[in-house]
Amino acid sequence: MTKSAIPGLAISLCLLAAGFAIAFLVGRFPVSLGDVFTVLYSKLSGTPSGLSPATEAVVLQVRGPRVVAAFLVGAALSVAGAAFQGLFRNPLVSPDILGASSGAALGAVLGIFFSLGVIAIQAFAFLGGLVAVGAVYAVGSAMRTRDPILVLVLAGVVIGALLGSGVGLIKYLADPYNQLPAITFWLLGSLAATSASDLVSLFWLVAAGTCILILLRHRMNVMSLPEEEARALGVATGPMRIAIVAAATLVTSASVAAAGIIGWIGLVVPHIARSLTGPDFAKLLPVAALLGGSFLLVIDTIARTAAPIEIPLGVLTAFAGTPFFIWLLASMQKSWS
Amino acid sequence: MTISGSALAIGYRDRLVGSGIAIDVKEGEALALLGPNGGGKTTLLKTLLGLLPPRAGNVTLNGKPLSAFSVRERARVIAYVPQVHTGTFAFSVETVVLMGRTAHGSLFARPSAHDVAVASDMLTRLGISHLAQRPYTEISGGERQLVLLARALAQEPRFVVLDEPTAALDFGNQGKVLNEIELLAKSGLGVLFTTHDPNHALRAAHRACLLRDGRIVAEGETARVLTRENLETLYGAPVLPVVDRTTIAFLPG
Repeated sequence: MTKSAIPGLAISLCLLAAGFAIAFLVGRFPVSLGDVFTVLYSKLSGTPSGLSPATEAVVLQVRGPRVVAAFLVGAALSVAGAAFQGLFRNPLVSPDILGASSGAALGAVLGIFFSLGVIAIQAFAFLGGLVAVGAVYAVGSAMRTRDPILVLVLAGVVIGALLGSGVGLIKYLADPYNQLPAITFWLLGSLAATSASDLVSLFWLVAAGTCILILLRHRMNVMSLPEEEARALGVATGPMRIAIVAAATLVTSASVAAAGIIGWIGLVVPHIARSLTGPDFAKLLPVAALLGGSFLLVIDTIARTAAPIEIPLGVLTAFAGTPFFIWLLASMQKSWS
Repeated sequence: MTISGSALAIGYRDRLVGSGIAIDVKEGEALALLGPNGGGKTTLLKTLLGLLPPRAGNVTLNGKPLSAFSVRERARVIAYVPQVHTGTFAFSVETVVLMGRTAHGSLFARPSAHDVAVASDMLTRLGISHLAQRPYTEISGGERQLVLLARALAQEPRFVVLDEPTAALDFGNQGKVLNEIELLAKSGLGVLFTTHDPNHALRAAHRACLLRDGRIVAEGETARVLTRENLETLYGAPVLPVVDRTTIAFLPG
């Protein structure tokens, strides 16, 4: 039976509310749900909240930016994953398939190596992601074959490996006391350094890419058919593929620039979303965004509270994602519905 | 309207499949394309659909080169029914048929009430409206073929091009699809289909075109073209005609 969009949306909105509550309330400094609402309301209305400055600071400056960033990054990675899985007609691909993550990683690592500032490092990461995908695309379209998708994916694997060794080289050359720990920590993924000012660029980039993908939702359904069928149905597949890849790369690079490399979300969350809504992108994309956001909210809360030191996000998502994916492989063999 | 190819050379960048091909598909007429494996049937279909550029010569739609039409304009005139596939994602049958409306909507549009009505009409016309909410990946091969045909009809085209529409079907479903092909032509559409079975051409097509090694060896009314001699030449194998007073059929060997 075709799934209605309502239950999927309802479930993901409930999870999102729970994720927000957990992310705001859990931590060393006690904050109640009432405090959170009071502080947010007073901020919006401009009236004093009557709470201690420490509570206000925790809500607005410590946990608030992290909560928003975790939601945006989780949502971005899931939406990009869903888009790439549909476009490549392969449920096993993830947002980094075309080298976006490894390109962004190399960019950021270069920035750290040259001791640049935070903004410059983020800009480097973003440019790295776009250049990597551009290179993959150039290689892919230079080879004129009957299976452009396969060539594109293979080019992504090869260029991703090259960029990975670039990262390795810079780690080898980096100063082992200052730069190497910074590089390693960033590569494993973290939202600890997120400030309110970082959120603005992250928000606009993620919102722009996600809006483009949501607007193209029905074209994306057709693009998940074999190339020739999509063209016979009236879709100019070349430009459409560039538009989808560009939008998905935009949101991936923006989230890598903000939070480092956080794997698995873009692979696993679209599957959960698809099991709730079916593969129709009109229903899938919003639910994937909400679920991905909720998932990273919970993971980030664990990352900052479970141990005396921050646990890298990429490590946690791998611990959560790997068993889940194995279970998924075993339980969904009959169809990738 | 007519789709015509003249002095066509067909093939891929690295491989020429056929040349010197002249072919016409007219509205209200079913044309069957027969020939041995590797003879160029699918390549010719893709060239006539505009999915593959001709290596030489021209494909025209009403005298205007096919390449002068946009992908979207083409999809509103010519619809393609590919060989049955299982599909990667479990779209509902209704969603699959609605994809046939793509060329009628704008870039960001969602299917309109009219699109939904057209899709529903096509499902009813092919007798599969009970499948509308089932996942495409979970229905039978025969049902999938009918769904792909419904999707093509939802394009509201003037021509339907089918690649081996009966190849993956059981005997009963073969009859059903051939019957539909006949009805489509009767309703004024131009139909072009490939088949491995000359009897299917005799059953549903007005004209047949025999393609061997990338060249047309015979072309014309089915009853005139599908003879023992022509078929034996075409396939390089003996053919046994079975004749009664009104019909003729062929057995291999």
